[in-house]
Amino acid sequence: MPDEKKLCLSGSGLTKIFGFGRQRTLAVDHVDFNFYEGEIISIVGESGSGKTTLAKMLLGLISVTEGEIYFQGVKRDISNNKKKQEYWKNIQAIFQDPFSSYNTFHKIDSVLLDCIRMRGGGNLPYGKKVELMAEACSFVNLKFEELTNKYPFELSGGQMQRLMIARIFLLKPKILLADEPTSMIDACSRATILDYLMKLRNEIGMTLIFITHDIGLAYYVSDSVYIMEHGKIVESGSADEVILHPKAAYTQRLINDVPKIYEEWDLSTV
Amino acid sequence: MAEVMLEVKELTTKYITRYNEDVFAVDHVSLKVEEGKSLGIAGESGCGKSTLALSLMGYYFAPLHYTSGEIIIDGRNITGMDPDEVRKTILGTEISYIPQAAMNALNPTQKVISIIEDVYEAHDINKTKKEVREIADECCNVIGLPSEVLDKYPVELSGGMKQRTVIAISVILFPKVLIADEPSSALDVTSQKMVIKMLKTLMDQGFIKSMIFITHELPLLYNVTDEIMVMYAGQIVEKASAKEAVFDPLHPYSKGLMGSIIVPESGLRNAKLTSIPGVPPNLKNPPAGCRFAERCKYGRPECRVISVGAREIEGSRFYRCIIPEKELRETYQREANHNA
Repeated sequence: MPDEKKLCLSGSGLTKIFGFGRQRTLAVDHVDFNFYEGEIISIVGESGSGKTTLAKMLLGLISVTEGEIYFQGVKRDISNNKKKQEYWKNIQAIFQDPFSSYNTFHKIDSVLLDCIRMRGGGNLPYGKKVELMAEACSFVNLKFEELTNKYPFELSGGQMQRLMIARIFLLKPKILLADEPTSMIDACSRATILDYLMKLRNEIGMTLIFITHDIGLAYYVSDSVYIMEHGKIVESGSADEVILHPKAAYTQRLINDVPKIYEEWDLSTV
Repeated sequence: MAEVMLEVKELTTKYITRYNEDVFAVDHVSLKVEEGKSLGIAGESGCGKSTLALSLMGYYFAPLHYTSGEIIIDGRNITGMDPDEVRKTILGTEISYIPQAAMNALNPTQKVISIIEDVYEAHDINKTKKEVREIADECCNVIGLPSEVLDKYPVELSGGMKQRTVIAISVILFPKVLIADEPSSALDVTSQKMVIKMLKTLMDQGFIKSMIFITHELPLLYNVTDEIMVMYAGQIVEKASAKEAVFDPLHPYSKGLMGSIIVPESGLRNAKLTSIPGVPPNLKNPPAGCRFAERCKYGRPECRVISVGAREIEGSRFYRCIIPEKELRETYQREANHNA
């Protein structure tokens, strides 16, 4: 990592409240964070801790109740559609469920063509576009010739997840937000997906944000880790610091509850 | 030697699809579980773990069909028994099964205690409501579930609580073998730990005599079971004690599988994860030779032709590969040195 870290995405006092009156739910509660360029960040929490809500706010998919998000030090402005499109060139996401991430009525080609258009390649000759698409597919070990003219439902789950990564390869965003990218697949395929993500990161030098409940994964991949509980960030720091020497009681409990293979897994503490 | 609770000899089952195609999901599986022991089954999605679990119960319903092999529970051969008889006399009392999304199996319109009463009724066990409640109370006590649960409707319980309730119901008739198929995969880590603790207590207190635990989460399997069998494309490719299977796997597939373990422990941050390229074979027409040959790093031309049997080594350990133990170990050692 360079000595001088450049701020990529940061937030101050970020809050999200759903509903009002008796239904009022505080999903994310005054969260502050600083994500630096080129860093790999994990946001870890159990279900209901507000990590996905935070992710949606970062992506601009839901409005922010209170607080500000800064992109490269400048206040984010997504007040109209055009500005939103501009913002999405910089930040992209991979979701948990690859099956629901595609439009069922669009062929694979058009999914990838959309990406090229978003990068301003809409006027390229078709041959050049095909070349780009084929390159992206071969990056994740898929063959474009086999995918062309197919619909998303004709692919297997693993293929779809890899195609998501191919999309990101075409889009080359500054930030990639991966929301539970490996929770739907088993441990063996997890390594493959992680491999591709890491390869992609090295290729286009982006900031990678993992949203996950898998603390082992967070420890393995990330430079810095944020632990969330009930909408608050209870602990943050470098991966070694947070996972190996947790200070917050919640983090300690979380790590204690994960089955281990080298240390004894203490069952008496539940 | 402890008594053998479940013995399976060369069990083969298949699915018949509606186009009349055969899918050979469980292929010549033999296993043995002794009293007080637990056996783990590991493997990636679609390798036949869950089908094996279903097949072990001896209760087949379409599209799953029995082909050959024997299942012996505590000295009693149940192969070829009438399905209705299996249901009445074997399921629940001899062998019990917790399916993957077990917590969704609770009837939302019945209180938990009334579901338990139904279990007794279905097995023709004459017990008064009071007696049933006494047994249920005791069961709850032992496994650390609050007794109030019995008078609640399933919707009033949290996910982890529902899962534990289902397990409590499945062991209420004191089965000899409990088959747990991913009992904790839908739960967060804390609830998962509670479920595991409960299963361990059930074993220690003699509610169940032995257990078969199925999951793809290897660190969990390592902590719960005594022995681990690794399954690939319907076959058992390796069987070893939990420790050997995780730290000293022999079969190239197990080796790859164990190399994908991620745990939050110091030192593992710099470990290199292994990923196995390719996809498992289609079980409609499984390859003639070794089923893993296609994806194997050490594959040789003869692997694709010769059907490999189980190669036994010290104790009850075996693996299914044509490469001798010594040669495999040397190869792994060389690779480890190379990476270091």
